[in-house]
Amino acid sequence: MNETIEKKPAKIVLRELQDKIAQDAWDAKQRGEKVGWCASNFPQEITTAMGIPVVYPENMGAAVGAKGGGQRMCEYAEGMGYSNDLCSYSRINFAYADLKHCEELEIPFPDFLLCCNNICNCMIKWYENLALELDVPLLLIDIPHLDAMTCDADRVKYIRAQFDDCIAQLEVITGKKMDLSKLKEVMEVSQRSSKAWLRAVGYMSAEPSPFSGFDIFNNMAVACVGRGTIEAAEAFEQLADEYEALVKEGGSTFKGEEKYRILFEGIACWSNLKFTYKTLQSRGINLTASVYGPAFSFLYGSLDELMAAYAYVPNSNCFERELQLRVDDAIKNRVDGAIFHMNRSCKHWSGNLYEMERQFREKTGVPTVAFDGDQADPRCFSEAQYETRVDALMEIMEENKKEAKA
Amino acid sequence: MSGVKELLAALRAVSADPRAQLDEALSQGRKAVGVLPYFCPEELVYAAGMLPFGIWGAEMQANESKRYFPAFICSLLHTALELGLRGALNGLSAIMVPICCDSLKGFGANWKYGVGEDIPVIDVAYAENRRIAAGEEFTRAKFRGILARLEQIAGRDVSDTDVAAAIAVYNENRAALRAFSAAAAKHPEAVSPFDRCAAIKAGYFMDRAVHTKKLQEITAVLQTMPEKLWKGLRVVTTGIIADSPALLEILAENGIAVADDQIAQESGFFRTDTPVTDDPIIGMAKRLGVIEGCSVLYDPGKQRGHELVQLAKNAKADGILWVMTKFCDPEEYDYVPVKRMADAAGIPLLAVEVDQQMVNYEQARSAVEAFTEMLK
Repeated sequence: MNETIEKKPAKIVLRELQDKIAQDAWDAKQRGEKVGWCASNFPQEITTAMGIPVVYPENMGAAVGAKGGGQRMCEYAEGMGYSNDLCSYSRINFAYADLKHCEELEIPFPDFLLCCNNICNCMIKWYENLALELDVPLLLIDIPHLDAMTCDADRVKYIRAQFDDCIAQLEVITGKKMDLSKLKEVMEVSQRSSKAWLRAVGYMSAEPSPFSGFDIFNNMAVACVGRGTIEAAEAFEQLADEYEALVKEGGSTFKGEEKYRILFEGIACWSNLKFTYKTLQSRGINLTASVYGPAFSFLYGSLDELMAAYAYVPNSNCFERELQLRVDDAIKNRVDGAIFHMNRSCKHWSGNLYEMERQFREKTGVPTVAFDGDQADPRCFSEAQYETRVDALMEIMEENKKEAKA
Repeated sequence: MSGVKELLAALRAVSADPRAQLDEALSQGRKAVGVLPYFCPEELVYAAGMLPFGIWGAEMQANESKRYFPAFICSLLHTALELGLRGALNGLSAIMVPICCDSLKGFGANWKYGVGEDIPVIDVAYAENRRIAAGEEFTRAKFRGILARLEQIAGRDVSDTDVAAAIAVYNENRAALRAFSAAAAKHPEAVSPFDRCAAIKAGYFMDRAVHTKKLQEITAVLQTMPEKLWKGLRVVTTGIIADSPALLEILAENGIAVADDQIAQESGFFRTDTPVTDDPIIGMAKRLGVIEGCSVLYDPGKQRGHELVQLAKNAKADGILWVMTKFCDPEEYDYVPVKRMADAAGIPLLAVEVDQQMVNYEQARSAVEAFTEMLK
């Protein structure tokens, strides 16, 4: 058998790995093991090292949105009394918790909940309600929003104490013990995954970029749920190798000529993913910078550094650090413009977006536009507005290119 | 009776014109520090000899703030920022901004780049995991850091004795507020919902020691008055703020008295004292660990709902009025399970959405009228 012919592309490996992780949770539930629902930026090192299966309601929300069920599920939650003002991921999840069914995607029901508020405090309220609805224990790791460029020692100490406390509580809930040598191993594997992910997305700086930037939205699911596993580390290394080879060949998975390169700010509009992608792709616009690239990796060399790493996730940083992330990414990846998503679901992300856009424009010198949308509720998105804004951006980018040539 | 009216009118005037209080303090050479909700360590400002000046937004149209916040952020923060952008808070030496809700997390940067460094932001972090020792220690450490910053602003050292003295003033004020609230509940014929709210709110703009004296005078008079049969309804209010004059007037018109509250701006301040501890700042952290009934604090098991039901039972209230701050995520999340708890306890609950930029209250009026009819 010829191994090079048989080898599956990394994107397939990642998709299968994502399916396997989901199936593993179902199988564990079937065996009578305790399964958790987990916030996307909860320190996965704990559950991976303890062999505790968890699933991610946020990922479910994104998937349900992408498969067309967002509006139906959100409306059901609104019928339960939840305001349409609230995060659409949470509304989808409340609907699922009540209906116990979702035709687009299902996840096994939890025996406990793991919450972490480094991305937003609405996670806390969401999980408080789930704990009541489902009558299961709730564990919270509180990571206070940063007020400086670096995570201070008080925060590290506080997060570490909760990390240790969480392990002790999980041992009681699941009956599984933490093995510190296993934790060390998972931390090392997580570093390997994070570095490979960084190397893969780092190739976006090539011209042309070896891949369509929207692929980040698909691949980041494994970066979120499985980065502590050898399989994920190997898949991301394969992905990075494939991109490297494409760069050498001058090839790309982006369909068509990459005429313009942009930064896309914010969570994808999962319910409108195809339209948002096609509108750009058909105009030769490729996404070559996104905060999901550099910021969705967790680099650390010790347990204390691990605590700080979880305080540096997008949304947990102070404004200046968030801005720096985007400006650096845009400059490194030589973008011609940027699109800012005013996400109706996310008050935290949207609360500084106008100022972020102004300062980003000032520091990078590239044009920007903003559009209104939502991560999973299609009622907040207008195709006409999006298209008009993209056209406006393209016009300016085109003028800038002409001026640069002149 | 006229004595009560005059005394209440004085506090009503204070809450109607906070800027006058700020100007008076500044004219006396006293510095002032703005305090946003929720649960900022304002005792430390007081301990440094400065005036803690509450900022709870204002009934106004926000225009400038829309350059910073999208429309779907609560009007409390929109109008608070608007006040800063318009220069209506000039003279403050700093502003304390907590991070306990997602909209507040964006407020600090918007203030910094909109209003500018003349009124610097003091970030206030405290533990959401507030009942564990590590949470208490984190809050203590952060409050110590804030105290150091306040010392710089005040230009003086602040000892633990100063802090303990400030805590004593605040606890005395809380006790006075509790006594006033209880007396007001017994005399709805003398203290309207608007007067009750204004008397409580005035404390955010005055020296707390002065506020205490004013409240004690009112309470003393109320306690001498014979109780009268109240033919109207009695409700317990819950929410973030319930200070809209238009809404409070609608309550009065419908013969509704406020028997007790679970409003962040009201009993959220005065229900829980700061315990006296060797390190006074540990006491402040401990207080945060035991406060119940506020949606911005981590509340596994939704003790808020249990407390609300108990408050309504204790007050023999006819129902609960949820004054829902529009675009407030924590409140909107709490609403579903807490409403369920009230339903299970057989206590009618009406939610009325309020926005400080609202000019038309007819929808609220209709809802309150229907609620009143239902409960009669």
